[in-house]
Amino acid sequence: MKQLLLANEAVARGLYEAGVTVVSSYPGTPSTEITETASKYKEIYTEWAPNEKVALEVAATAAIAGARSFCAMKHVGLNVAADPLFTMSYIGVNAGFVIAVADDPGMHSSQNEQDSRYYAQAAKIIMLEPSDSQEAKDFTKRAYEISEQFDTPVLIRLSTRVSHSQSLTSLEDRADVQLKNYVKNPQKNVMMPAMARVKHEIVENRIKMQKEFALSTDLNQICIKNEKIGFISSGIAFQYALEAMPDASYLKLGIVYPISEDLLRKFASSVEKIYVIEELEPVIETACKACGIQVIGKEVLPITGEYSVELIRNRIFGTKPFSYMDGYDMSKVPKRPPVMCPGCPHRGLFHALNKLKLTVTGDIGCYTLAALEPLSSMDTSICMGSGISSLHGFNKARGDEYMKKCVGVIGDSTFIHSGITGLIDIVYNKGVGTVIVLDNSITGMTGHQNNPLNGLDISGNPAKQIDLVLLAKSIGIERVRIIDPFDVDESVRVIKEEVNTMEPSLIIARRPCALLKTVKYRGLVVVDREKCIKCKACMSIGCPAISFKNKQIEIDASLCNGCGLCVNVCKFGALNKKEE
Amino acid sequence: MVKSIVIAGVGGQGTLLASRLIGEAVTSEGYDVKVSEVHGMAQRGGSVITYVRYGEKVLSPIIPLGEADVLVAFEQLEALRWSNYLKKGGLLISNTQKIDPMPVITSKVEYPNDIVRVLSEKIENSYFLDALEIAKKAGSVKTVNSVLIGRMARDSEIKKTTWLQALEKTAPPKFIDINIKAFEAGYNYGI
Repeated sequence: MKQLLLANEAVARGLYEAGVTVVSSYPGTPSTEITETASKYKEIYTEWAPNEKVALEVAATAAIAGARSFCAMKHVGLNVAADPLFTMSYIGVNAGFVIAVADDPGMHSSQNEQDSRYYAQAAKIIMLEPSDSQEAKDFTKRAYEISEQFDTPVLIRLSTRVSHSQSLTSLEDRADVQLKNYVKNPQKNVMMPAMARVKHEIVENRIKMQKEFALSTDLNQICIKNEKIGFISSGIAFQYALEAMPDASYLKLGIVYPISEDLLRKFASSVEKIYVIEELEPVIETACKACGIQVIGKEVLPITGEYSVELIRNRIFGTKPFSYMDGYDMSKVPKRPPVMCPGCPHRGLFHALNKLKLTVTGDIGCYTLAALEPLSSMDTSICMGSGISSLHGFNKARGDEYMKKCVGVIGDSTFIHSGITGLIDIVYNKGVGTVIVLDNSITGMTGHQNNPLNGLDISGNPAKQIDLVLLAKSIGIERVRIIDPFDVDESVRVIKEEVNTMEPSLIIARRPCALLKTVKYRGLVVVDREKCIKCKACMSIGCPAISFKNKQIEIDASLCNGCGLCVNVCKFGALNKKEE
Repeated sequence: MVKSIVIAGVGGQGTLLASRLIGEAVTSEGYDVKVSEVHGMAQRGGSVITYVRYGEKVLSPIIPLGEADVLVAFEQLEALRWSNYLKKGGLLISNTQKIDPMPVITSKVEYPNDIVRVLSEKIENSYFLDALEIAKKAGSVKTVNSVLIGRMARDSEIKKTTWLQALEKTAPPKFIDINIKAFEAGYNYGI
């Protein structure tokens, strides 16, 4: 029986079938559903860790302790987890240990487009890359065999279009895998210089053995249909390439690191003209060229963005797709950037920040959308946790006085992820900045994961809830305020007070995400035409339900959820809630 | 032969559920299937496009431009934006509902007022319906997706009973009846 599964769900099924018992991850699009799905198998202990570094360390050590274990993250999450990753390459495993990393070519939901294959190269960890859900499941199971065979962690590279595409996947039973013995062995498991020097030699030797494995395994496939033209590819790009060039020979790499030079030579000896079709960086192409194989790659195909069937056809054969819209200026079509949802608690807070014209150091989350018009109230956003440390950077560059017109913002989950350390930096190094934690009681953008601040675990069961006020006080912040971001006037007043106080302070803007099932806004806002003076103040909050049509303010009843923020913003009483 | 269906709309309109429903229906008919979804930031009120492909063997989950057999648009502007996915002779089914994007709300650009005319002129097989109004009549504005899938189902080679079974499997249990009503209203629209 085959089931239609997202590749992320298929990886989770692979974990189940491979007898995995420990999973620790931090959510990140497009990897999140792996761990969410794994949490539904009662045989697997699953948790959301505070960040990817913690998750990887938990899972890695579970493997040392004898359990098959797993950890998933998005590409930028691997930056956070890079420290343990590199050393785990030296330590190796006991029971199998697999890390899935999901890249995001085209940046559907990310701040950069980095290629995780470079991490495999840099950390010298074997990396598999599936191209659909069936392979995602099969490769996951194979990864555990490889991990235990070569005493190494194994990376699985996914990408948005693999992770978030459903395809048919056959299901099998769970393997009976016993907990392995744990034997104390500091030579293997304690990485200090003397032990690590020995281990580095072992890692180099392991890569040589894995290259031989890559030559013989069926994870890599050669198909010769045509001696004139062929391509080398992996992952989703393979699917695009095969559809664009159905008659070409191909080498499909299921192992993208290490690449066997002999395998490349074997393919090259059978085909005259070879294209390398890989999204993002020229990793395979460089491997080909390094061993003297003539291939065509990034000189015709882009290094940025996603590939597609038509892009490959166009760049290789010069064909153009049919379009009904030829001759129509598609650049005239208004863009539709993502917006905060109706009822979003962040809207009120950023409206207040926009009114105060503050410099805002921002972070990663739904609220990054506040950088766009009309809220236009974010100055910087680098990575998880940067909202706080960037504020301190402004402080030290421009002096304490500048902090009167500057705040840092960060989400609740992001604060736990890597905001706490930045806050300690401010306190310890005599900063005076005002940090606002946007506490919406959930990890929002990745689709609602619980976190240590909302008092629920991954399965929705009660967990110890971290008290943010006590936490701030305990690291030395004397001033902690709590506001409701929908009370815009009060928010403005409190923020003004805090930025003008020459000591570090923390404001908690607390209101739950409007999409949570526990949040029940009712009714609908209607416009009192007699009172409305058309000042458009309500439009400055950037709610998608409010627009100016036929020379008057209109509320779209299909979008409005009756949250009432616009009612608070209108000074003329022209917006009123009508109960349904 | 691979059949390709593009579902386009605004984040929050239920395009994801619609593509899952189609995926469920064609899977039960024994085809190879790929359904491509959108998660994360793009879902937040942005332009959302999902793809369903089915046939003997499906490779790319993403439909190549100019090769879609059907485009189901949940909103006018999104019909226009993604119309170049349709192949020659392809079928467009579009909701006439308009949702202003933020650049229109902030008066940076105007919402084109001639979308239905332009698309009807260019695309021979194009059909427009006020799915929001039909959904309201069926009992809930949340069933726009079932109305549009119903209209599309009428012109598909897949049996109506298969569609209804898929609807029962994918709709939230509490809302199955109302979604069936909306599906029927879409299926019978204009007959």
